[in-house]
Amino acid sequence: MTSPTTTQLRKTALNAVHRRLHAKMVNFGGWDMPVEYSGILAEHMATRTAAGLFDVSHMGEIEVRGQDALDLVQHVTCNDAAKLAPGQAQYSGLMTAQGTFVDDLLVHHISGTHYLLCVNAGNQEKDFEYICAHNRSTTQVENAGERYSQLALQGPKALRILQRFTTVPLESIHYYHFTSGAVDGVNCLIARTGYTGEDGFEIYFAPEYSEKLWFNLLEAGAGHGLLPCGLGARNTLRLEASMCLYGHEIDDTTTPWEAGLAWICKPEKGEFLGREVLILQKEKGVERTLVGFEMQNRLIARDGCRVSIDGKLSGRVTSGSPAPFLKKNIGMAYVPPAFEAPGTTITIEIRGNQAPARIVSMPFYKRPK
Amino acid sequence: MYPSDYRYTKEHEWIKMSGDTGTIGITDYAQHELGDVVYVELPAAGTKITAGQLFGTIESVKAVSEIYAPVSGEVIEANLALSNAPETVNSDPHGAAWLIKIKLAAPAEASKLMDAAAYQTFISDKEKETSA
Repeated sequence: MTSPTTTQLRKTALNAVHRRLHAKMVNFGGWDMPVEYSGILAEHMATRTAAGLFDVSHMGEIEVRGQDALDLVQHVTCNDAAKLAPGQAQYSGLMTAQGTFVDDLLVHHISGTHYLLCVNAGNQEKDFEYICAHNRSTTQVENAGERYSQLALQGPKALRILQRFTTVPLESIHYYHFTSGAVDGVNCLIARTGYTGEDGFEIYFAPEYSEKLWFNLLEAGAGHGLLPCGLGARNTLRLEASMCLYGHEIDDTTTPWEAGLAWICKPEKGEFLGREVLILQKEKGVERTLVGFEMQNRLIARDGCRVSIDGKLSGRVTSGSPAPFLKKNIGMAYVPPAFEAPGTTITIEIRGNQAPARIVSMPFYKRPK
Repeated sequence: MYPSDYRYTKEHEWIKMSGDTGTIGITDYAQHELGDVVYVELPAAGTKITAGQLFGTIESVKAVSEIYAPVSGEVIEANLALSNAPETVNSDPHGAAWLIKIKLAAPAEASKLMDAAAYQTFISDKEKETSA
């Protein structure tokens, strides 16, 4: 497969706005997306200490409707969607028959016969086709990405900024819950979810209202320190919060047990794709496990760097970056489980240097309650 | 924006000549492309560098970038202040964030590089490509 040229890149409804604001643009999963506006460090810190506004309209939405909607969701995902009350969301994995990730996703239980899946931008067609191929009933599956824009308003001031635009009492929406309601007069699904480690909201709405919501939120938040944020800060924020990124920590070769995602893998719920393999792997034990590390010198590990332990090649870095809030150089890597204990010293090959790093427990960053 | 007494490379380094010594840095265009700089690795005084070869590393939050020598010569001084204040590369790339000073093997080499007007044209063309 060749990578698409600039003219073939997909654009969100805010593409012209990003360019007008002189955002630095990159090709992300086939989408022309802003990587930064004022700078990753400033945007990261604004989100940790005040608020950040992210255009995440590239994310895919897949709607599942019908009497057997829950059965289909349960069949293709590893978390237990039956536990969700209407108005509740969960993080889950779309599973191959080998118990590896087709994608990771958020499952929103809208009603007994309706689920909204939020999936990764670059995976949405693949996910849609995969779910359709495993649909054994008359359940309706819709690739609905084009009907939605999505904004993420994240950070300790997010609630206060958003509350000015809605009569929905936002404090009453619990973490990983959502409701429908008007924001600035626009019908939205308002979810208290995010990918930053902060309190915040992700709102889903019709694309034609994107500019109005973007500018009104930015204007209302300016006095609170809100900054528009790009995918660069989104990545450093999720890494500090130790959240997985598809294509890095997880892909179709990694299982939930290996990725530290046992909390979203529920074989006890009954049949789903990959369940048998996952039960077997749990009994046998994994051969590698995802760990977090801190560099012990000023070098920065990057994705793909080789990890050695006791002189033996033992794994690879999946994500590595400076952590702007923690002011350390951190990363995640796969290592054999024998070496997963915090405090273990590993060696990371960075441009020919053997750089020492120490395994630490995750998450690196946990927001103050 | 781009000092008229500097010379420039297609890899976005600049050199300011003074007799047979030159001061080398990266351009404003380069720092903007990199984003927030967090780490600078430079050769020690006495290191021989060769035109077109790597001589250092500048790392931003997002990525690592190699720096190429615009000319050949011997390093006489590296800007050690950058190790504690790498962000200077973003704030003053053509001044305080100079990277190294070198004694040129062949001082005439610098005059073959682009002047400010040619460099300005070079990056304007690049910007047109990416905003298409």
